[in-house]
Amino acid sequence: MRNVGVTLGETAVLDDVSLHVGQGEFVSILGPSGAGKSTLFRLLTGALAPDRGEILRDGAPLKRDGQTFAFMPQRDALMPWRRIIDNVILGLEVQGVPRAEARARALPLFAEFGLEGFEQRYPAELSGGMRQRAALLRTVIQARPIQLLDEPFGALDALTRAQMQRWLEDRWRAARWTTLLVTHDVREAVALSDRIYVLSRRPARVISEVVVRAPRPRLGAPLPDEARALEEDLLNTLLSQTGERP
Amino acid sequence: MRGLPALASVAGAILLWEIYVRLSGISPLVLPAPSRVIEQMGVNRALLWENTLPTLSATLTGFAFSVSIAFALSVALDFLPKLRRALFPIFVVSQTLPLVAIAPLAVLWFGFGLTPKILLVALVTFFPMLVALVDGYESTDPEIETLMRSMGASRWKVFRAARFPSAMPYFFAGLRISITYAVVAAIFSEYVGARAGLGIVILNAKNSFRPDLMLAAVVVSSTLTLVLFGVSALLQRALLRWREAGQTR
Repeated sequence: MRNVGVTLGETAVLDDVSLHVGQGEFVSILGPSGAGKSTLFRLLTGALAPDRGEILRDGAPLKRDGQTFAFMPQRDALMPWRRIIDNVILGLEVQGVPRAEARARALPLFAEFGLEGFEQRYPAELSGGMRQRAALLRTVIQARPIQLLDEPFGALDALTRAQMQRWLEDRWRAARWTTLLVTHDVREAVALSDRIYVLSRRPARVISEVVVRAPRPRLGAPLPDEARALEEDLLNTLLSQTGERP
Repeated sequence: MRGLPALASVAGAILLWEIYVRLSGISPLVLPAPSRVIEQMGVNRALLWENTLPTLSATLTGFAFSVSIAFALSVALDFLPKLRRALFPIFVVSQTLPLVAIAPLAVLWFGFGLTPKILLVALVTFFPMLVALVDGYESTDPEIETLMRSMGASRWKVFRAARFPSAMPYFFAGLRISITYAVVAAIFSEYVGARAGLGIVILNAKNSFRPDLMLAAVVVSSTLTLVLFGVSALLQRALLRWREAGQTR
């Protein structure tokens, strides 16, 4: 993403945003509320075109054909009328994979995502954490080059969130999905990311880019001092953007 | 049992009515007792049954016609918002037409056959069904639509996989309400001109000063309405099983 700017109506949402994600890398975007993080995702999923700048994939302009990103929205957006298995294969179905084949592809993954035995249940019968795992499975099964996660754990209670973060770190270490995570949870960003971009408040610019070097797995063990200091730094940078000093 | 209070209050009201008629000695030509109404239902069961069938068929044909048109149009309106703005005022106006005036005109134009009944039932039920569907499509979770578009889904695929299923609870709510209007509309259109039907039974009974037979026909038509209402509720439960999921957990 090079020097991208977006103005929606009268409001300049993105001023000048440049960022990149490498193969197999976990990159987070941190920003204060209303910093235009969702706009960023709408740009990437093709719902919105940038007013300035360009978005490239492997050096060529990004095609808006929905082939590059698999998107996981903030709330799980599971369809309440579909059983979990049929929710999970939605992306494959849109790609034109026949249902039976899509189901056969999805079923072996249920154990890994802690959803075994819940294939035929409706979303309302699952806990918040399970629903979120189903949404993530729906995302990665599309086999797109980049996973876009929009505050995936924001709606969960603190305990479930911590559980899900550990679980996601495990899964990511095994699969190394190229991932772009948007969050305003500093700890989450530090724990999961290889690199973190910090956005300013609107109109958004990248005000900081940091590499997290702490060894993995980071969750479940005390964080090294270095990472703790980083967490503190990032939090202060973010707080400075809200206009209220602690 | 959950229905017990309702049953008790209905039974109580009927009992009071019966007691009042017996004690006051009021003429059955003015107010027949419930026992007399029931007796008349027995005596005239062949007549009532014969005339229930035409009413039922007018109701169901008219309603099926109305729901099909409402559905086809709702899809068109969902894809063409401009068409929606153009046509909606007409539909709203169609709801302001008094049935009392339209029914005799429909009979005048289309005769004593099934056509005017179908048209009147459709006129009364079409708009609620259309509004239910259109509102139902609009109730779709925007995150689900964003998600589907991010997957590269076409507008039609989004409609089929997200908007249409989202509208189903609204559709069935509209169906349950409209089916009760449909019976009333069918009976009224018979009342103003038909060869048979519960509306005709009511008309003839009125003309021959038989309130007991009128009320007997009313009981039959209410029962018919309740049965159709029950069938739509069962249909909804059978087709929307997901709505009950998670409620017992």
